[in-house]
Amino acid sequence: METSTKTLTNAPTLADRAYNVRRNALRMGEVQGQGYIAQALDISDVLAVAYFHAMRYRPDDPSWEGRDRFLLSNGHYAIALYAALIEAGIVPEEELETYGSDESRLPMSGMASYTPGMEMSGGSLGLGLSIAVGMGLGLKRKKSDARVYTLFSDGELDEGSVWEAIQSAGHYKLDNLIGIVDVNNQQADGPSTQVMAFEPLVDKLQAFGWFVQRVDGNDLGAVVAAFDAAKSHPEPKPRMIVADTLMGKGVPFLEQREKNHFIRVEQHEWQLALAALESGRQA
Amino acid sequence: MKTVRSASQAGKPRLTTSAMIASIASEGQKTKPAPFGHALVELARSRPDVVGMTADLGKYTDLHIFAKEFPDRYYQMGMAEQLLFGAASGLAAEGFMPFATTYAVFASRRAYDFIHQTIAEEDRNVKIVCALPGLTSGYGPSHQAAEDIALFRAMPNMTVIDPCDAYEIEQLVPAIAAHQGPVYMRLLRGQVPVVLDEYDYKFELGKAKLIRDGKDVLIISSGIMTMRALEAVQALTNDHIEAAVLHVPTIKPLDAETILREAGKSGRLVVVAENHTTIGGLGEAVAALLMRSGVHPPFRQIALPDEFLDAGALPTLHDRYGISAAEVARQIKQWL
Repeated sequence: METSTKTLTNAPTLADRAYNVRRNALRMGEVQGQGYIAQALDISDVLAVAYFHAMRYRPDDPSWEGRDRFLLSNGHYAIALYAALIEAGIVPEEELETYGSDESRLPMSGMASYTPGMEMSGGSLGLGLSIAVGMGLGLKRKKSDARVYTLFSDGELDEGSVWEAIQSAGHYKLDNLIGIVDVNNQQADGPSTQVMAFEPLVDKLQAFGWFVQRVDGNDLGAVVAAFDAAKSHPEPKPRMIVADTLMGKGVPFLEQREKNHFIRVEQHEWQLALAALESGRQA
Repeated sequence: MKTVRSASQAGKPRLTTSAMIASIASEGQKTKPAPFGHALVELARSRPDVVGMTADLGKYTDLHIFAKEFPDRYYQMGMAEQLLFGAASGLAAEGFMPFATTYAVFASRRAYDFIHQTIAEEDRNVKIVCALPGLTSGYGPSHQAAEDIALFRAMPNMTVIDPCDAYEIEQLVPAIAAHQGPVYMRLLRGQVPVVLDEYDYKFELGKAKLIRDGKDVLIISSGIMTMRALEAVQALTNDHIEAAVLHVPTIKPLDAETILREAGKSGRLVVVAENHTTIGGLGEAVAALLMRSGVHPPFRQIALPDEFLDAGALPTLHDRYGISAAEVARQIKQWL
């Protein structure tokens, strides 16, 4: 956020932010009775660091020219991004109650035409990095120092277009791109590594000319360090953060539930999940 | 498997090329080189937001003219059409106006979802300019975009243009730049015939233009079929058939007013001629418009069949599929 002079001593910590993002996501899940909640919980730490440590933006002016762009390639993670946009003050908290409903600005799949702060229309997987390449080229043309962050999922690595974009970003040495791939090892038909082997991912990305870091995506300190290094790395290369995450993170009974792309949560369990999240925070 | 055809049909010599790039100009026809490339350079001089992008087909879409003039505004995206259009969306999001070029088959068939989601759905200001539209390559179905208009017509927000000649291409480049939003434009490249300069023609986005009038038949056409129709008019005149030609370069949005006005004049056969499959192109667009509007003239379609087209020399194929000038004239005479 664009707050260079933070004077409040009781300002929320990144852990508070991550907690709030998770809580917002669970509340939206309860409204709709469903949602990609396990993914939202796994990526909340990354989003907290992106929105409350790394990125530059103005909550009251989501289209501000100087902002860092955040592309949600995996549009089904919209519930998580809305949770972050609400926490960041870009989307009013009361809209949380509308998630997935008719006339809402928060549809279940993220679309640029619906939501302030949503930079692309995802849903069809594998689109984000290609758009990011164009934005990166455009920002350089404009001599802007803004960055393009792109979140995508390990399942998207199956899409050939992702590798077209990865190759071209290396070719154009787009050091203003920061990709984050969520390796939760789960896609529609099963564990991502079994659906289509994508390892050794770090080696592959490095071979394509990227500066690559692999971190525990649920370790806030490690994620902060990775974003810092991605921003400050001196080589003219695009940057990738490979974030290994745990689906359902922060709600033990969801962490332990049988792994599935779309985890079913019964209506009475949403309050239990919120309570489990709360007790985990106090522990 | 296809059966081998006899060496000559009706005594015609067998033509020997099924080259990817074939000229659509007839022998001795007046042409202009690379009208799109030169028009884009002209536009870019006054529009610093214009950038050129291609997927390894700069030379074959006349974009090399632009690349040579503005090398720092030219993006080579490699042989990767999905990336091409995704990146074009990104550049448009940053305020630039990309002219992104490839072959019509690749834009319409390979990159359709990218154009749908990253350009059309987000209403990005990207101009998609595609060579080898319809049957303008003898190379076979891999390079014959018989269904490109059907696909792009069906896409919300997309404007669809099918120009006739170099004279029109020169005019429509600044016109589509002045239009805010995505455009799919069929491109004629290389040595492109010049025809419409002799008809006091002016391109206007969204407008159909009556090129010539006639009392017996109304030919409604787009793209190179307007050129073929005008050639066919000569043969029809010899048989005392007076043909009107209504050129419809903007397929979407369709100029309903002009089409209904002309098709509603009684006593004329209406023939829609297009370099496109019978399915989903100008013919069906006009037919639906007439039906919806309660205008019911005798109606015929000249279009490519719903089948995978042969490889071969273009003149052979245009005759075979009924879109050569001679075939246009022959079919109309038969219908009258």
